[in-house]
Amino acid sequence: MSAGQLPRWADLGLIPLLNLTAAFLVSGLVVLIIGENPIEVVQILLWGSLGFGEGIGFTLFYATNFIFTGLAVAVAFHAGLFNIGGEGQAYVGGLGVAAACLLLDRIVPWWVTLPFVILGSAAAGAAWAFIPAWLQAKRGSHVVITTIMFNFIAASMMVYLLVNVIGKEGSMQPETRTFEDGGRLPMLNDIFPFFDFGTAPVNLSLLLALLSAFGVWLLIWRTRLGYAIRTLGANATAAVYAGISPARIIIITMMISGGLAGMMAINEIMGSQHRLLIEFVSGYGFVGIAVALMGRGHPVGIVLAAILFGMLYQGGAELAFEIPAVTRDMILVIQGLVILFAGALEYMFRPTLVRIFTFARTPASSVPAAAK
Amino acid sequence: MFDIFFSYPTFDSMARLATPLLFACLAGLYSERSGVVDIGLEGKMLGAAFGAASVAFLTANAWLGLLAGIVVAVSLSLLHGFASITNRGNQIVSGVAINFLAAGLTALLGQAWFGQGGRTPSLPAGGRFLEITLPFAEEMASVPFIGRFYAEFLSGHSILVYGAFLAVPLTWWVLFRTRFGLRLRAVGESPAAVDTAGISVTFLRYRAVIICGILCGFAGAYLAIAQSSGFIKDMTAGKGFIALAALIFAKWKPVNAMLACLLFGYLDAVAIRMQGQSIPGIGEVPVQVFQALPYVLTVILLAGFIGKAIPPKASGIPYLKERT
Repeated sequence: MSAGQLPRWADLGLIPLLNLTAAFLVSGLVVLIIGENPIEVVQILLWGSLGFGEGIGFTLFYATNFIFTGLAVAVAFHAGLFNIGGEGQAYVGGLGVAAACLLLDRIVPWWVTLPFVILGSAAAGAAWAFIPAWLQAKRGSHVVITTIMFNFIAASMMVYLLVNVIGKEGSMQPETRTFEDGGRLPMLNDIFPFFDFGTAPVNLSLLLALLSAFGVWLLIWRTRLGYAIRTLGANATAAVYAGISPARIIIITMMISGGLAGMMAINEIMGSQHRLLIEFVSGYGFVGIAVALMGRGHPVGIVLAAILFGMLYQGGAELAFEIPAVTRDMILVIQGLVILFAGALEYMFRPTLVRIFTFARTPASSVPAAAK
Repeated sequence: MFDIFFSYPTFDSMARLATPLLFACLAGLYSERSGVVDIGLEGKMLGAAFGAASVAFLTANAWLGLLAGIVVAVSLSLLHGFASITNRGNQIVSGVAINFLAAGLTALLGQAWFGQGGRTPSLPAGGRFLEITLPFAEEMASVPFIGRFYAEFLSGHSILVYGAFLAVPLTWWVLFRTRFGLRLRAVGESPAAVDTAGISVTFLRYRAVIICGILCGFAGAYLAIAQSSGFIKDMTAGKGFIALAALIFAKWKPVNAMLACLLFGYLDAVAIRMQGQSIPGIGEVPVQVFQALPYVLTVILLAGFIGKAIPPKASGIPYLKERT
């Protein structure tokens, strides 16, 4: 299976497109099995997610979460690490957000709170990623398994903390008190009054997410550290000979990854809920895996994939409303299929394509991004 | 207080709670011993639970339900095999995909077919594996110690519970006393050597993955049609991952697997009984401590602080026969 038999655009554009098409075709098949019309489903999905201001607002709100968790998975991928712990890291990141907001929200305006929130969430997420990272780097415990375990440990810990320690007194709900104005990010509606996002909670964190995406691009492709990360991911042995310390890079990369996942909590907690509550992550950390795979680890791809998944989440909500048989669980199915086809079966179509291209003579000129 | 930790009801529920873990753990054992990492145990169990409950409801036959559970889990296993053995895809990614697919499809199809918010209707008579009273249990109950142990602990479980514990020596025998087992272990350590000996790596791994599916089918069926009476959305609730933790905790050995599952089942049983209770001298221990303990213990073990957990050497690495 020698590489380079396919033109670059086919490898980077055509294969992902084929994989996605396969995922969506099978999703359509599932819809057919339930006895609904896939075309109608797609129409409702598109209309529900892009057809009106509030829909777009919700799409972007969800996309903000997915950009953070997608970047988190992608950064680790570049170092050859699989961080399945985004879910737990984001959950614990909520602690950092809540700590900053609860301490500051009554004294200072939001823009003073924000830097502390960013710091707090990233630090909390990074701290939660540190132990699995350290275990992988120093003791060789597989990071996939430890991060899975840490998701469950985080879930138990957060329930305990919210019920027994930081929860609002006298309340049956496991949640903190609601933040005052100093702990609330402005909605995009208030910053850009000419957009009408209705009641959608899309907020300033979207810009923060886009900045983070740019930051990740800078980090991975334009810095020394990024080079070390990519070297380690491509060939760990070569990295050692190049004077890179794998243990150090593993720990740093995982902490950056955890920090990014932790920042997802800013959008949910400071941007929308305005209080720390139980299970606010609700699977967004796992969506990051699909987003990172679909975006092929590149920030631009991740932003696009995050928007697509945002559309699925928002459109899926409309869909469950319009066609009760297609519940929101459909999103899980699509997510699974995207991970399957874009991830595990990534190279399924490659041998066939190679055959077709060798047969039809490889076109000499490369057309960048001809497909999508 | 003492009753919570040491009493027949606690031990009874330990055995019951350990059963699905044990099936899933042994399932993972076959797969991982052959070199195929499987974090999709959770999804396979969930799919099997749904298949078992649906068919048991429609046919009012628990055995057909079990069969359906096995069929679902084996299909998912074959998907995992197709991705990770045939296509040499990333096994972790494939496992994650299977977990999502199962979570989504069971809820979606459940709602479409039965319209009860993703659960299946309560099972009719005959659709469930009931508790079996072993012979002479009542007569033995009056005999001190051994009799009580027999009547209160050994007797009165569903047939699947006995099946799970019988599967342990069977697995040991298959893995360590048969030719197939030897090859299976070899292919997990050094597939190239197995290939050189003229044995198909692909076929061996597929067989391992299919056995994994069958055992996951038992695990799921136990949850849906023995422990409870029907399928509930997300009813595995992380049991597949606890089983995975148990597998690591057991260092990929069958008898250890049983002990690990019993330990985790015991923690679960105690956690249920500890709610609102306080231990003298320590005070009230939060339930969450018991819930998190299996994971914490596994991480500590993985860290190499209690022995060292070394996975089969070739696990997670797709086998490439030759370079073309």
